Amino acid sequence: MSSRDDILGQIRKNQPPPRALPPIPAFDAPTGSMLEGFKAALVRMGGKLAAAPADGDLDKLIRELFPDARIVCSATTEVLGNLPLDRVRSPGEVGAVDVGVVRAVYGVAETGSVWLTEKEFKINSLGFLSQHLVVLLDPERIVGNLHHAYRERAQFDARYGVFMTGPSATADIEGVLIHGAQGIRTLTVILHATGSPK
Amino acid sequence: MKVALFVPCYVDAFFPEVGIATLELLERLGVEVAYPLEQTCCGQPMGNSGCEKEAAATEALFVKNFAGFEYVVTPSGSCTHHVRENLTAVRQTKQTKEVRKATYELVEFVHDVLKVREFPWAEFPHTVGLHNGCASLRALHTAKMSEINEPFFSKPIDLLSKVKGIRFVTPRRPDECCGFGGTFSVFEEPVSAKMGYDKVMDHQKAGAEYIVSADMSCLMHQRGCAERMGLPIKFIHIAQILNGARA
Amino acid sequence: MKRIDHAEASSKFIKAKDHLDFHDQRLWDLRQKRDRESEHIPEWEELRALASAIKEHTLTHLADYLEEFERKATANGAHVHWAKDAAEHNQFVFDIMCAHGAKTLVKAKSMLTDECEMRPFLENRGIDVMETDLGERIQQLDNEPPSHIVVPAVHKLRTDVARVFAQTIGTDPKNSDVHYLAESQRQHTRPYFLKADAGMTGANFAVAETGTVVVCTNEGNADLSVNLPSLYIASIGVEKIIPKIEHLGVFVRMLSRSALGSPITQLTSHFRAPRDGTEMHIILVDNGRSERLGMPDFWYSLKCIRCGACMNTCPVYRRSGGLSYGATYSGPIGVIIDPTFNLRKYSSLPFASTLNGSCTSVCPVKINIHEQIYKWRQVIAERAQLPFVKQEAMQVAGKVLANPKLYRAAVETAGAGIEHLPRFMMYNRLNAWGRQREVPAAPALTFRQWYLKNRSKQ
Repeated sequence: MSSRDDILGQIRKNQPPPRALPPIPAFDAPTGSMLEGFKAALVRMGGKLAAAPADGDLDKLIRELFPDARIVCSATTEVLGNLPLDRVRSPGEVGAVDVGVVRAVYGVAETGSVWLTEKEFKINSLGFLSQHLVVLLDPERIVGNLHHAYRERAQFDARYGVFMTGPSATADIEGVLIHGAQGIRTLTVILHATGSPK
Repeated sequence: MKVALFVPCYVDAFFPEVGIATLELLERLGVEVAYPLEQTCCGQPMGNSGCEKEAAATEALFVKNFAGFEYVVTPSGSCTHHVRENLTAVRQTKQTKEVRKATYELVEFVHDVLKVREFPWAEFPHTVGLHNGCASLRALHTAKMSEINEPFFSKPIDLLSKVKGIRFVTPRRPDECCGFGGTFSVFEEPVSAKMGYDKVMDHQKAGAEYIVSADMSCLMHQRGCAERMGLPIKFIHIAQILNGARA
Repeated sequence: MKRIDHAEASSKFIKAKDHLDFHDQRLWDLRQKRDRESEHIPEWEELRALASAIKEHTLTHLADYLEEFERKATANGAHVHWAKDAAEHNQFVFDIMCAHGAKTLVKAKSMLTDECEMRPFLENRGIDVMETDLGERIQQLDNEPPSHIVVPAVHKLRTDVARVFAQTIGTDPKNSDVHYLAESQRQHTRPYFLKADAGMTGANFAVAETGTVVVCTNEGNADLSVNLPSLYIASIGVEKIIPKIEHLGVFVRMLSRSALGSPITQLTSHFRAPRDGTEMHIILVDNGRSERLGMPDFWYSLKCIRCGACMNTCPVYRRSGGLSYGATYSGPIGVIIDPTFNLRKYSSLPFASTLNGSCTSVCPVKINIHEQIYKWRQVIAERAQLPFVKQEAMQVAGKVLANPKLYRAAVETAGAGIEHLPRFMMYNRLNAWGRQREVPAAPALTFRQWYLKNRSKQ
């Protein structure tokens, strides 16, 4: 008998009498603007917002937001950056990136989160080795709460998906809040519709 | 209406004034009160120590003393909780089940059964901090607990709020346990004492002259701490205030 | 195996006043933050009921859901292994790493790997293991277990961390600025992420419907551990399974709110399948869980989602520290699961409680923790694991309180006794009550004596 058989056998023997699975209600999001809710939640979680540039030049905006950045690496069509991703072969090669740029699939108003998968990152480590991350988000693509988010069923076919909510953080030492624990130091959302002119 | 009065063992031994106030209060409210003379204890000290077997005879004696009464009233949330939920070492006869169901804590009884809210003879012109013992608060649910998202309610405040002259102050941690915990107070003495010190300091800093509770066991522990600390804060049972004690 | 003496350990903890005050206040602060979050969600209590019901359903159908998870994970390209105990788990990890030629491992926080004592097992076999969660890393460097399942170094002050880091990763011993210390750990750890052969996480949730492993962190260390190396190992306790993706809405909404009072962790990561050219291994671990499932009074403890809310609210935990429990799992949840690992060793833990019930009220999956604590006390007494002094005292009490005449004799003379004892006799080392408290004064009459004198017609 393998351990698998042992474990499953023991579990089957010991399982208490069955309990029913409850249906999950819709829990509609509270009234009010989802966009305003998203913005407030994002800032509360340590994220930043930057206004979309009037002239549409995102590369310029990023240079202004991060004047000391040497390497900008974009996984989006809207931003060029200076490290083309098609040159990157292994995940560690984005280790020197100062600013990574990605476009989120959607945002969540309840928590200020943005959803990204391997499709949006192109190389997953871009979201974690970059010192800073800029996230383009279509303001029309914001869902109310996490129940709505987890009903976007097709998104969970991705090999890897993540809700990013603000920058990486820790309060492990004396409860002092630190932004930039192991991952990104800052997360900046730029509200920018998909398919907007550059 | 006739009730039987159960006086917890430690009240009988150390705080008879609480038993007396309970008896007198019930009589003022028009209740006929019987006091079965062979009563001792509800069995909680043994039960809480894991020794349910040792509690069986005491619990049987409890059932024997209180059988046949429509209501059994006691000035103790923890004893009431033990009788209703954990009086399981004794044989569960029809009589046992009836006695368990009939047992009420004093505040519950006055608030829910007698439905009284005013005590015209009561006057307590002092600043008080209310301490809801954990059995009363969480097991008997006599007030909203801070952990649960539920509308505010408080049976003890409903009873105390119309007492002439009474003023309430709130400590910073109103429903954190005070650390008595029965035999915990002896077998985990370091943490128990620290919790007691923190509790009385909290009320002292809030400006309470008195700490009032429906549980004398909590107050016994808190008073022991306060006296050792040299704090001036005083302790009184809710029955005493409602019965007209002035100090 | 030596019995853990919680009271003794707590006494030491309490003497370190600065550490005690910080520890108590910090965790109470997390409890208050949790309250504020729960107050803003009108459906909070409904969510708790749902979370509890989902877990109870899953546990009562656990074998089927585990098989479904295995099928889906395997179809995703992951390898699924089954470990019946800690030793098997550790061996699997080692064998998988050897097969891959892996010598260095970066890992995210996983209480299961602590429970299995995996790190020393691997290190003794030449594997280099780096804890990447800041709190776990501090504890690793200090050679101390984690004291809290969410904030592992909560019992340390910044000066303690400065000392540890100075001795191990070469920081300035005189600099205890928290930003400096955190930045130092970030810089020191980063090269390990980049060169590690393998990465490891636990799982907050494992979804049967899709074979997805869900890991919630604030630091991003799980995402780095998994997305850089070419080998990923996930260790998952069998009780972590939930049926569907949509159920994550309920659990993710409650987890960080309960643990830290924040609506969600900064990263909520879903690992379903390996990246091209890499390997993913999942180890499903029993280690006593299937046995606990068969305990009618105690199987509810398997609902636990490891949020730590019970620890934050527990007044005893806050004043004694997680290390005083001597086990991977401390605080209220520890008290009800540790006796299943070793009844004798952990027999004092269910008594490290006032049964106040706050833990039960904050638990997002409605585990009846304090009721299980009460039941464990009965088990321990029945299996003769009570200290002799307590056993004796309760036997005497049981006899006296069952006999009205004996009871009255004890009560009526005790009073007289206490009145006349000199202070040094009453207050000494042997009288635990009297160490830090005054003993109540004896009244002139007991209630019964008063009643007979003033009321009884007898």
